[in-house]
Amino acid sequence: MSEYRSEPLKCWPRAKELRLKYYQDYQKARERGGIRWTGGAWSFDAIPAGLGRDVYNITGEPYAASIAFDRKLSTECLEAAEAKGWARDLCSYMRNYWGSMYLGKYAFGGEYPDPDFCFQDHICCSHAKWYQHVAEYKKIPYFCIDVSVGPYKDVDENRLMFVVNQMHEAIEWLEKTTGRKYQDELLIEAVENETRSTATWAEVCCLNMNKPAPLDEKTMYSLYVHGTLAKHSKDVADFYEELRDEVKYRIDNHIAAVPNEQCRLMSDTQPPWGFLKIFRYLEGYGAISVGSLYTFGLIGIWETKPDGSWGPRPTPMQKGEKITTRDQALRVLADWNLSKPEWQHFYDPNLKTEMMLQIVKQWQLDGVMLHLNRGCEGLSCGIMENRLGIAKAGVPVMTFEGNMGDEREFDEKRVVTRIDSFMETLGIKMLGKPAGIG
Amino acid sequence: MFTKFHEWYKNRHDYARAWREQNDGEVVGCFCSYVPEELIYAAGLLPVRVLGSHEPQDVTEPHIFGMFCPFCRDVLAQGLKGRYNYLKGIVLAQSCLHLRQAFTSWRNHVPADFAHYIYFPNKVQTKHAYSYYHGELVKFRKALEEWIGRAISDDSIKAAAELYNENRRLMREVYELRKAANPPLTGLEAMIMVASSYFVDKKDHNAELKRILPELKSRTLERETGGRLMIVGSENDDTEFVQMVESVGATVVVDDHCTGSRYFWNATEFSGDVMQDIANRYIDRPPCPTKDWEERSRFPHVLQLAREYNVDGVILIQQKFCDPHECDMVPLKELLNNNDLPTLFLEFDVTVPVGQFRIRVEAFLEMLGVEELF
Ligand code: SF4
Ligand code: SF4
Repeated sequence: MSEYRSEPLKCWPRAKELRLKYYQDYQKARERGGIRWTGGAWSFDAIPAGLGRDVYNITGEPYAASIAFDRKLSTECLEAAEAKGWARDLCSYMRNYWGSMYLGKYAFGGEYPDPDFCFQDHICCSHAKWYQHVAEYKKIPYFCIDVSVGPYKDVDENRLMFVVNQMHEAIEWLEKTTGRKYQDELLIEAVENETRSTATWAEVCCLNMNKPAPLDEKTMYSLYVHGTLAKHSKDVADFYEELRDEVKYRIDNHIAAVPNEQCRLMSDTQPPWGFLKIFRYLEGYGAISVGSLYTFGLIGIWETKPDGSWGPRPTPMQKGEKITTRDQALRVLADWNLSKPEWQHFYDPNLKTEMMLQIVKQWQLDGVMLHLNRGCEGLSCGIMENRLGIAKAGVPVMTFEGNMGDEREFDEKRVVTRIDSFMETLGIKMLGKPAGIG
Repeated sequence: MFTKFHEWYKNRHDYARAWREQNDGEVVGCFCSYVPEELIYAAGLLPVRVLGSHEPQDVTEPHIFGMFCPFCRDVLAQGLKGRYNYLKGIVLAQSCLHLRQAFTSWRNHVPADFAHYIYFPNKVQTKHAYSYYHGELVKFRKALEEWIGRAISDDSIKAAAELYNENRRLMREVYELRKAANPPLTGLEAMIMVASSYFVDKKDHNAELKRILPELKSRTLERETGGRLMIVGSENDDTEFVQMVESVGATVVVDDHCTGSRYFWNATEFSGDVMQDIANRYIDRPPCPTKDWEERSRFPHVLQLAREYNVDGVILIQQKFCDPHECDMVPLKELLNNNDLPTLFLEFDVTVPVGQFRIRVEAFLEMLGVEELF
């Protein structure tokens, strides 16, 4: 049994500091005369960036995941949403977020800081409706861009322009709503940063093909999150480059995420945030989740290379293309985002199955664990077809039910039992004492 | 009077098979009421809606995770069980995530020569939706042409759009009669009329509507109207439920459902470019909640219907797990209640617990003071 050296990431404090700064900047934006807005993690945050350097956002999904991580606060928030009459099976991020808004509690201390406007995009049925309610409740303006124009492989001028035209409309709306003059140079800068941060994240994920994997998925959650907060920011793009270099260093120096790696897995969809310890439990088997389509492709931007492999999509800068106009920036931004791996399955589960099988091959995985996530209709869309497709390809696959943001729908004992039997199927034996679970 | 509609609704598959024989054409299954059926019809094909059969089933479990609505699972079950095995093509106009999975799993597991997903815009409130959707319709037309191996002329599209308009106009005429103090038809009859229109050639449907309309205008029902109810919510063609509601002292006088009024409410307005006209019609129709943002444009429409039809109360029905409607229910209930329209909320599964719902409907009618009417 190989034993690898393992040590914490050196850039970990920087990751923590960046995240905290993000939430504090948002909280304090008004004191500084700045603007704050709210929207989803997939919203085109590069667009409001053109309003000035004092514009801060809070993205709903990672914010709600932070609430979910604090099980006590989460219960309060979910109950507050239910008390208003909302169905318990609605997106659990949305319910956590709404609950925090109703209670007026900010997950990072103090009062829920009211946004000035909502700015969202729409591909999942809950996206536009989420902020429709926030805007109504807070009586603030709202703009949402429809991006559901089909899978990237079929995107043509008509489809691309539907998104780009709405982006132009959004800019006019932002100017009208805030009374500020829009600055195209800031947009261009933000678009460049976004392509850099999301392609670099893909690079980081590629490094995890190494055996032993330098990162485990649980750690990756705390790193990819920056891309869900402010993928357009220079800080995030720079941080991902720093991270990439450190992960390369780990590979060169044989530093592993899990010292006893003997089984490589991937998961799917958001994890049950209140129960990340299942990943620790896996380590008892020397099993490591090296990522997922979710951690790789929620914000990471990829492309299929001529040899059929999957890798980071080259940025306009890497291709030597200079962005000089608003229209060009918006076209790049739309096109870039439409190629997002996690947007493809909304139209066809087979596209997701193909990407997952590609990951299995390139990252040399032994099996797949699908989280049937009752909290997210968007990422669970088509998941049973993925299970069938993966199994058909001869790759071992297990499922477990749960909810990313509602711990009441997670049966810990049951999940552990399923993991045990999956490990048995894979012929993997427990190596040591399981990390406290069960 | 409504026997023909009833027959069609009940024997939808026999009708489709017979149509195929007689017309030497193929039948195409439509998922979601946003499918531009006019184009399919203009291609010499018969568009029929794929609806569930309201029977418990377990064939969809390996395909659609149990957190998605019972309607989409019931729809897929029809395909997996081979009930629609005469369909040569299937078409989806971008729907909610739920129904979309019925389509994608169907495409994976049920043989069909033609499967087309139309990327209907979700944001219908932007001016850009019109030209975008026009472009998507052109692609759909081309795909149909390639499949059938011949061109579809503008004239035949115009003729189909006119035929569909006529059907819409006639059904609205029937709905208009429901405004009367004593409507000459029950809610069940109206539901079956609309639901049957999904399955039959609009030519046949129009002929039957024209036949019954004069008679219907002078028809008096041997029953008390009782409480005037409106039904609002997710897909609903649950005839057993409506029958029950109307057996306890009420009449359903209007609805806002994708399988009801929303399907036929607005007509295509002709301005020259028939493809653009059809695109506009679908963008401007009373929206499904999943397409109703940033403004809630559906709400004033629902309220107006309630007023025009002099409704006493509203039954809000919700398919279990149907996110689009769940996202509208809370503010919709508030809006109706604030406008002196009491509401009763009921959650639907593939089969409905009629006995339990009866007690709740009776209590609701009592609250409305309906029993005093007798
Ligand atoms: S259901 Fe999932 S994809 Fe949809 S808004 Fe919620 S978290 Fe996002
Ligand atoms: S809820 Fe909306 S999208 Fe879903 S089936 Fe009904 S009309 Fe279509």
